[in-house]
Amino acid sequence: MIKKVRTHPTQNEQLLFEISSPGKNGYQLPDLDVPTIDAVDALGAGNTRTEIEDFPEVSEVDVIRHFTRLSTWNFAIDLGLYPLGSCTMKYNPRINEQAARVDGMAWIHPYQPDSLSQGAMQVCAELERCLLDITGMDAITLQPAAGAHGEFTGILLIHAALAAQGNPRKKLLIPDSAHGTNPATAHMAGYAVENIASNARGMVDTEALARAVTEDVAGIMITNPSTIGVFEENIAQVADIMHSKGALLYMDGANMNALAGISRPGDFGVDVMHLNLHKTFSTPHGGGGPGAGPVAVKQHLEPFLPIPRLARVGDKWTWNYDRPQSVGRVRAFYGNFGVLVRALAYIMAHGGNGLPRATYDALLNANYIRKLLEPYYDLPYAEPSMHECVFSDARQSKLGVDTMSIAKRLIDYGFHPYTVAFPLIVKGALMIEPTETESKRELDLFCDAMISIGKEVEETPDLVKTAPHTTRTAKVDEVTAARKPIVRWKRP
Amino acid sequence: MLDTIGLSKIEDLVAHLPKAVRYDKPLAIAPGRSEYDILDYFKERGSENAAAGGNGYACFLGAGVYNHYRPVMVDTVVSRGEFLTSYTPYQAEISQGTLTAIFEFQSMICQLTGMDVANASMYDASTAVPEAAMMAIRATGRSHILTARTVHPEYREVLHTYTQHQGIPLDEFGYDATSGLIDIEDLSRSITKDTAAVIIQTPNFFGIVENVKQAAAIAHEHGALLVVVFSEAVSLGLLEPPRDADIVAGELQSFAIPPSYGGPFAGVIACKEKWIRQIPGRLAGETKDANGNRAFCLTLATREQHIRREKATSNICTNQALIALMATVFLAVYGKQGLRELAVQNLSKAHYLAGKTKTIFSGPFFNEFVVRSEFKGIAEINRELEAKKIIGGLPLEKFYPELKNTMLLCCTEMSRKPQMDLVAEAFA
Amino acid sequence: MYPENFRYTKEHEWVHVENGVGTIGITDHAQHELGDIVYVEVPKVGTHVEQGKSFAVVESVKAASEIYAPVSGEIVEANDALTATPELLNSDPHVAGWIAKIKLSVPEEIDRLLSPTDYQAYLGEG
Repeated sequence: MIKKVRTHPTQNEQLLFEISSPGKNGYQLPDLDVPTIDAVDALGAGNTRTEIEDFPEVSEVDVIRHFTRLSTWNFAIDLGLYPLGSCTMKYNPRINEQAARVDGMAWIHPYQPDSLSQGAMQVCAELERCLLDITGMDAITLQPAAGAHGEFTGILLIHAALAAQGNPRKKLLIPDSAHGTNPATAHMAGYAVENIASNARGMVDTEALARAVTEDVAGIMITNPSTIGVFEENIAQVADIMHSKGALLYMDGANMNALAGISRPGDFGVDVMHLNLHKTFSTPHGGGGPGAGPVAVKQHLEPFLPIPRLARVGDKWTWNYDRPQSVGRVRAFYGNFGVLVRALAYIMAHGGNGLPRATYDALLNANYIRKLLEPYYDLPYAEPSMHECVFSDARQSKLGVDTMSIAKRLIDYGFHPYTVAFPLIVKGALMIEPTETESKRELDLFCDAMISIGKEVEETPDLVKTAPHTTRTAKVDEVTAARKPIVRWKRP
Repeated sequence: MLDTIGLSKIEDLVAHLPKAVRYDKPLAIAPGRSEYDILDYFKERGSENAAAGGNGYACFLGAGVYNHYRPVMVDTVVSRGEFLTSYTPYQAEISQGTLTAIFEFQSMICQLTGMDVANASMYDASTAVPEAAMMAIRATGRSHILTARTVHPEYREVLHTYTQHQGIPLDEFGYDATSGLIDIEDLSRSITKDTAAVIIQTPNFFGIVENVKQAAAIAHEHGALLVVVFSEAVSLGLLEPPRDADIVAGELQSFAIPPSYGGPFAGVIACKEKWIRQIPGRLAGETKDANGNRAFCLTLATREQHIRREKATSNICTNQALIALMATVFLAVYGKQGLRELAVQNLSKAHYLAGKTKTIFSGPFFNEFVVRSEFKGIAEINRELEAKKIIGGLPLEKFYPELKNTMLLCCTEMSRKPQMDLVAEAFA
Repeated sequence: MYPENFRYTKEHEWVHVENGVGTIGITDHAQHELGDIVYVEVPKVGTHVEQGKSFAVVESVKAASEIYAPVSGEIVEANDALTATPELLNSDPHVAGWIAKIKLSVPEEIDRLLSPTDYQAYLGEG
């Protein structure tokens, strides 16, 4: 019984190139207050283009209708729950948007003199201070543009710290449950990857770890809680094993939503970690970005942080480039400042009292879902869940229906799918993270939907296997898209 | 809800954690504030910054970040919750809005750059440049990278950071001190049979428009790829695109993205058809659904981190979707004619001011140019201008020690004649 | 289903040797597991491969799988038809969907591979 959605017509809309008509326009520039320069005279005929072929020409009304219609074809947090594990799809507060659009935040150039940028630097400093308090680390860089970028920066720091001691070493250990960015990043930073198996409880196998850590191992990249939503109870032991061999502990902070305000990575042995501001700190996903991935470190890694570093000289902020051991720049300028503003606004709104409460609510919501769905879906690990829970499709796949089909059927019920088939250590995984945003009402609707689908798998499996049925497009042919890629519009 | 789970209080949810990892103290962060307090805070911090157009400053800085008007339509569209609060379009059936917009974005970038394939955006140009270099390395099987000194200095720094641990030799070649274009002889001397890519920027960091054909000929003669970088996207409205490039890596901030003290921006990589499988980042592709209707989806995902893991073309997970959407709306608003007119305005404003100052390079330029001060120190000129609420150009000595007492000035359609006249006067 | 004169590996590759040259592909079981194949990275002619090491990659929409060489030797021919028509691996994995031909450098390696009966028994155990 589908309670959350009903079908409704959505407008059709073609591409900008198809609604284009020569001579239409949607802009007006102010008059020039200086003489018009002839392009060919100034640049040379060879440098001047005659026209931008096939570029669209549309009116303002065309533009607003075009994009409004397109937007109605999307699901979004503003419409309902995204139970995506490890994505932390929490509400994106609109006050963040207002804060980022303040002229003095939006219209500042990174190269304007420090004396004219003190407000921006103060914002960065305040965010640094808050994030250090939350993580329990000693120093932080706000430069990296996203999580993967933060990971890359973190691994560069490990490399630099070990190289400074004489040997950067060759390998990084990565649990088989890790997010794909982890091994991809290790490779980019010049390290070989060695997989470390999880034990029967879904945690790092400390015996296997002790055997694996040799003088060739630079560090381990760990996510805590792990990607099955379980806290690594042996994390202190993991840290000890690494440190005893002179190796370092990197923490992927994607799951900080389980820890903010109640547990601090700096307290359990992490040397370096990144945060995802677009996850834990509510900055909007925007359909796939932008994000920001600050990297926090313990003091012994501070000298290697990217340049420039924010520094206080007297009563003024400055950018300090005199950092001889720095790994260098990981991007131009200082960071995704607009995203940093949004994250700080979020922190200010919750405050020191509200952040741990949000974390507890996230844990509560995940465990509530787990309890309600346990009788219907296989739970591969009995360990207590933190902010997300992972089921497997073991029961349903026996009846010929896998996690992907269940996820697609969930769309018909008015939800975005959960994370399908990840982490890899669970066959046929269903990874669910509700976040603290969701009310009991939305969670109950979600659980009702999942239970109903479970019944459908038994009674009318084909309905599930051929889902979704009520979306604007039927199942999209991804196979042909990959075999014969068409990645741009061409005039027919 | 606690009853359902079988717990008596919420703290029980973490009872299983080792005591040592628990942080039971209050955070050293002030209690939660109202939205009015929060907005006041950012307005106060904002008032401590000079802002172009905001609290009345005129800004003549370019150097990779440009002040351009932002059509009202841009924020109207990106503020829609269905765009702002949506996730990466992995589930094609409920993300056709995002996917269609990305497809349009990719198409327009191809049209603007003269390339066959464009991705759904990178973090920014500074990180797109090393990604393009790594693409060239994968595509050619060679490893040497040769970069012009006139590519943005910070992009070159990032290239160095990215390649330092991968055993990739990096070299640079210089520019002609008269024209400001790349030194062709130096390029010819520096290129080897192991060179995977030659990287140039146009307009270059000095604002000078490069001879892309000539650079391409030399690169291709030696079996290397040509990577062309752009940082001022508005130039593509008027300049002949780099059709002879193999890979284009650029910055789209000029397309309605606020300067925001340096980010978030959107870079892009575009390339010729034959390199499609080497391109990093997301790609939206056209296909059909089960009923034969046109539909879009992310495609060629097997290049990416979530599938290939350590064999991926990159570790990148994000595309700057919302930022790319701002650019897409901007491009739709201006359109074919508008982009040209916008570029002509930029050209005209810059040439007006340049005509009243002493530019040091003879090469053709778009909206940026380098000026030397004859009578006063550069720092003094900028101080005088600040007193008039004008942010002057970028002193170049920090990046190019040989260019003493010079600054890089940028004029855009937002520059006004009275302020440009004041800048000219300051040099007198 | 599984040709008599082929030999098989536990990684689901097959090899058919004639005059010291082995034609290699993936088995019907493998193509079924992989799902719709969208791209095949065929090896370059002249490459030397080692038994058990990866020599080609087969991509479906959601996964990329390495194909391991069942025998060692030099690649003397690659099936370029797969670049334009990767679906051949699904429709005809044992004939038209061949991936490459290898000039065997260690002919005895063949003896350690599975016979069709052994391979089918191995599949049955799965």
